[in-house]
Amino acid sequence: MARKIHVATTINGEAVEFLCEARQSLLEVLRDTLGLTGSKEGCNNGNCGACTVLVDAQPVDSCLVLAVEAEGAEITTIEGIARDSQLHPIQQCFLEDAALQCGVCTPGFIMSAKALLDRVANPSDEEIRFQLAGNLCRCTGYDKIIRAVKDAAGRLAASGQKPAAANPNGSPARRGQRQRT
Amino acid sequence: MKDFEFQTAATVDEAVSLLAARGDRAKMLAGGTDLIVQLREGLRQADLVVDVKKIPELMDLAYSPAKGLRLGAATPCYRIYGDAQIAAAYPALADAARIIGGWQIQSRASVGGNLCNSSPAADTIPPLIVYDVVCHVAGPGGRRTVKAAEFCTAPGKNVLGRGEILTTLEFPPPAKGSSAAYLRFIPRNEMDIAVAGAASWVRLNAAGDTIEEARVALAAVAPTPLFVRSASDWLAGKPATSETFARARELAGQAARPISDKRGTVAYRKHLAGVLTERTLVIAVDRARGVARNGH
Amino acid sequence: MASSKRETKQYKVIGTRPVRHDGADKVTGRAIYGADFRVSGTVHGKILRSPHAHAKIKSIDARAAEEHPGVVAVVTGADFPDLKDKIANLGEGAVNLAHLGANVLAHHGKVQYKGHAVAALAALSPHVAEEALKLIKVEYEPLESVTWVLDAMKDDAPLVLDNVFTKSMGKKSDKPSNIATHIHFETGKVDEAFKKADVVIEREFKTASVHQGYIEPHVATALWNEDGHVTIWTSTQGAFTARQQTAELLQIPVSRVTVVPCEIGGGFGGKIAVYLEPVAAMLSRKCGRPVKMVMNRDEVFEGTGPTPGSFVRVKLGATKAGKLVAGEAWLAYDAGAFPGGMIGPGCMCVFSCYEIPSARVDGYDVLVNKPKTQAYRAPGATQAAFACESVIDELAEKLGIDPIEFRLMNAAKEGTRRVDGPVYPRIGFVETLEAARASEHWKSKLVGKNRGRGIASGFWFNIGLKSSAAAHVNPDGTVSLVEGSTDIGGTRTSVAMQLAETLGIPAEAVQPRVGDTDSVGYTDVTGGSRVTFATGLAAYEVGRDIERQMRERAALLWECDAAKVESADGVYRANGKSITFRELAGKLDETGGPVVGRATVNPEGSSNGFATHIVDVEVDPDTAKVTILRYTAVQDAGKAIHPSYVEGQMQGGAVQGIGWALNEEYVFDENGRMQNASYLDYRMPTALDVPAIDTIIVEVFNPAHPYGVRGVGETPIVSPPAAIAGAIYRATGVRMRELPMSPPRLWAEMNRGSG
Repeated sequence: MARKIHVATTINGEAVEFLCEARQSLLEVLRDTLGLTGSKEGCNNGNCGACTVLVDAQPVDSCLVLAVEAEGAEITTIEGIARDSQLHPIQQCFLEDAALQCGVCTPGFIMSAKALLDRVANPSDEEIRFQLAGNLCRCTGYDKIIRAVKDAAGRLAASGQKPAAANPNGSPARRGQRQRT
Repeated sequence: MKDFEFQTAATVDEAVSLLAARGDRAKMLAGGTDLIVQLREGLRQADLVVDVKKIPELMDLAYSPAKGLRLGAATPCYRIYGDAQIAAAYPALADAARIIGGWQIQSRASVGGNLCNSSPAADTIPPLIVYDVVCHVAGPGGRRTVKAAEFCTAPGKNVLGRGEILTTLEFPPPAKGSSAAYLRFIPRNEMDIAVAGAASWVRLNAAGDTIEEARVALAAVAPTPLFVRSASDWLAGKPATSETFARARELAGQAARPISDKRGTVAYRKHLAGVLTERTLVIAVDRARGVARNGH
Repeated sequence: MASSKRETKQYKVIGTRPVRHDGADKVTGRAIYGADFRVSGTVHGKILRSPHAHAKIKSIDARAAEEHPGVVAVVTGADFPDLKDKIANLGEGAVNLAHLGANVLAHHGKVQYKGHAVAALAALSPHVAEEALKLIKVEYEPLESVTWVLDAMKDDAPLVLDNVFTKSMGKKSDKPSNIATHIHFETGKVDEAFKKADVVIEREFKTASVHQGYIEPHVATALWNEDGHVTIWTSTQGAFTARQQTAELLQIPVSRVTVVPCEIGGGFGGKIAVYLEPVAAMLSRKCGRPVKMVMNRDEVFEGTGPTPGSFVRVKLGATKAGKLVAGEAWLAYDAGAFPGGMIGPGCMCVFSCYEIPSARVDGYDVLVNKPKTQAYRAPGATQAAFACESVIDELAEKLGIDPIEFRLMNAAKEGTRRVDGPVYPRIGFVETLEAARASEHWKSKLVGKNRGRGIASGFWFNIGLKSSAAAHVNPDGTVSLVEGSTDIGGTRTSVAMQLAETLGIPAEAVQPRVGDTDSVGYTDVTGGSRVTFATGLAAYEVGRDIERQMRERAALLWECDAAKVESADGVYRANGKSITFRELAGKLDETGGPVVGRATVNPEGSSNGFATHIVDVEVDPDTAKVTILRYTAVQDAGKAIHPSYVEGQMQGGAVQGIGWALNEEYVFDENGRMQNASYLDYRMPTALDVPAIDTIIVEVFNPAHPYGVRGVGETPIVSPPAAIAGAIYRATGVRMRELPMSPPRLWAEMNRGSG
């Protein structure tokens, strides 16, 4: 068996070092090694989005990232978006709009929604639904989730927070017309 | 899954020598959205995984109207549709890039990886075929090129030999009056594997009423993504009308030779191949006329 | 929100929308779900599963795995006690423990579905455990398999179990059969009644197996302590039923098992039966360490309960005037690999929405080589409603009567006797139809090509059963509540709100917590749409208990007779004096010490939830893909305690029903092996596949509950398939009678006969 590998990375703004096996996913290390169990495993296959985290501001399924690939990256997890004892507006709107039932998909949805609202100030319903299609929810029927993301967009706009326009990475729905079959 | 060694290659030569030394037991890691799943499910085995994302050539994304597009084999999909100029110049490529998996997958998955995985249902390969992309391959014996239409040889199989890696995809510059489109059919609206897919590329005359040249390619209706020569050749010189598109639909349906499986039947897939060909032709012609009107 | 006239009281807490008590933990990732739980020294268990749909196990050789470095324990069925046939009631269905045991880990010499657990081991890491599974050598003798219910009923079908005999009308068959049970209900003179009908329509329907699909895979951590006590941290719909099953399968007293329910990531009926708990416990007993087991997603699909695939034939007769006179239904539901599927409720629900004077229902519980079926949201009702509501739709069309009017003419109401016997108390079916008819959606005109509108109704019992709760008053006027219902969808809050209402304090002043099996009284499963109703009733009774004690404390303060103290809206009054609940709570120490309220309830009967759904679809004429354009769900909630979570149940249930209607299905190969055990190929709806789901909550007071609650969770899944089938018919002219109405299947029907 190969020796464990040393990885130096940044998680939620803090420098973190860990040892891992090459086969371990980022999700595994976040949960089992670092105790960040907010990212959930729903399928371990990239099909449900419950493990969504941001790597260098881009949303990824952390079950499909090797932990060793985190070397030098900046990672944001659900544990890192509330600031100074204040929930992020997306988190607050999920609560107020009752956008969760069992709550196990919620961290992944919130991270995908954050990636979207970091890029697009006022997404349409269709755009939100498209961008969140990589996240499965079995409880809510999505209605209240879409509403919560819209409300969060409004709240962010009202608080004067602009999307991180410096980020060049578009969202697929916004860049050019998506063709529906 | 069994543990493996992990190496990060800094250059193409380093990647090639690492991979050549281990042969089948070494795998190249780009976005990992296929490889990690396959290793986990035991569909592939590896003693060594080589990350190629630190090789600048493999992360290329360089476009100019004169030279065309140079797309690194490991460049993730989101960077393609995230670049407005590239998405406008190669719309069929952008069509495919923005529907592979969900957003999380597009943050990692690359067109090169999609090609090397060589699934018959791969969404980006029909666009590569209709854009007549040249695949640059590096290996222990040096460098060579392969046309995209000839890259895949069977489900999950391709022309890459021991130690060979795909480095770059070279897209010709967009010809005047040309455009393209890709559509796939899936039962859901996202997060699904194509039951059938079609890409169409057309070059119109100056008046925009005649197809001077066309290429049609299909996904998920044959053991490999399929260049439809019959429809492509027939379309050349035909008026860009609905009658023409309908005839191309028939030709594409005839060219499809699918199997029945959990995702669809032979009859349904042949039918869809035609429907999608017709629809992509309509969009491609529409886009070509728009390009002629508005320029890039 | 429509409201019945019977409700006059204005509530302060009920009907408001407070933020749920566990909300902050769940949006920050801090809530501890089963897989998040850690105890030091934990090792990791994995299960070896059958690759065959049906096979004899000739031998199991686990020596190589036992000797593998890092492996600490291996178990097979031989390690478990031999269980006699014993029926245990699990709340939403009964189970034979011998079968449950054989399902948890095969120990009867055969496997009956691909994914059937054969052996298990524990190792120092999940990766080592997974690798070591390959070292367990199992020799199988494959047997012929059967997965379609009608095939399994044939005389020459392969026998899934050779010791199951058909039970029918109190008799038992002579030879073994895949038909485990035959149910028969009859009322009136059915054959004569059909002769009096002007119009008779008889149709056959098929549905595929579908899975509950909860996002959190099954998980359990077990510690068999040196003192013989077993503690299990798990994700379950019922801590007490998990305890009961585990104790029975291990043949130890329930008092030696503590089940600690962690936060649960969805269940929908699929997390009632145990899978991992007894296996983890047995592994822990062998290695002396805590053992954690987490299923992979393919194990969830292949090893845990889907809902039955079914065949249903429904025949209805009506007069020209539009009155139903006779009904007949024949239902065959697959039970999966062991008897005890969902045929009972299927038979009870098939005609449950209508007053049909003469009706006959025959139902069959049938073994097939699939995972043992489990409850899934209104178990058995959706298959039956797909059939009955589709025939109702066709009858209404043939009679030229508006489908809502036709339903209103025949709607079940107070006093209607269901075919299986019970007579309805006050119910709200008519009100859901009237609200649907009055809705903006129904009154709007649907324009555009290839579009159609459908409507269908649905029913689920909504049960009572046992619930316990206790609460203590804190000196600052808040109340800490411990209740026994695991919280899947926000019930902690709907239960706490009822306690708050009773005590006249804000929802936020109650701190609810779900107790483990040692810290709260027995409580049945979170299922049957019962928690807000029954555990809410317990919370109400807890409130009354506290209120009584607080009146006594006020009486002590005021030196008066407790009977003189009145309380309302959180203020206690006597002889012109008054004190608030909060003030009084601060004086408990000087009036005798703590106040603890407690209650246990066991309401009988059902609360009867009815719904009517309206849907607009567009069908792509080329690809046969169905797009849901608009959706409205109308339901009688009795009383919506927290309207947002009532809406959420209606929306979530509707979307599960949409998935069932359009794309979800188990696909089997010719050898009975599931082909699509992943979220990629088992196509649950994504956010992009559904529109906003509009809701109309109807409130017809339930006299069996102090606040009129009926429960809402399950009914919303019942209507969608039939409603969508009706909409597809109006869009295409094709009546689909098989689920899912997936594009290839609908395309084949649309092109039938056209060459």
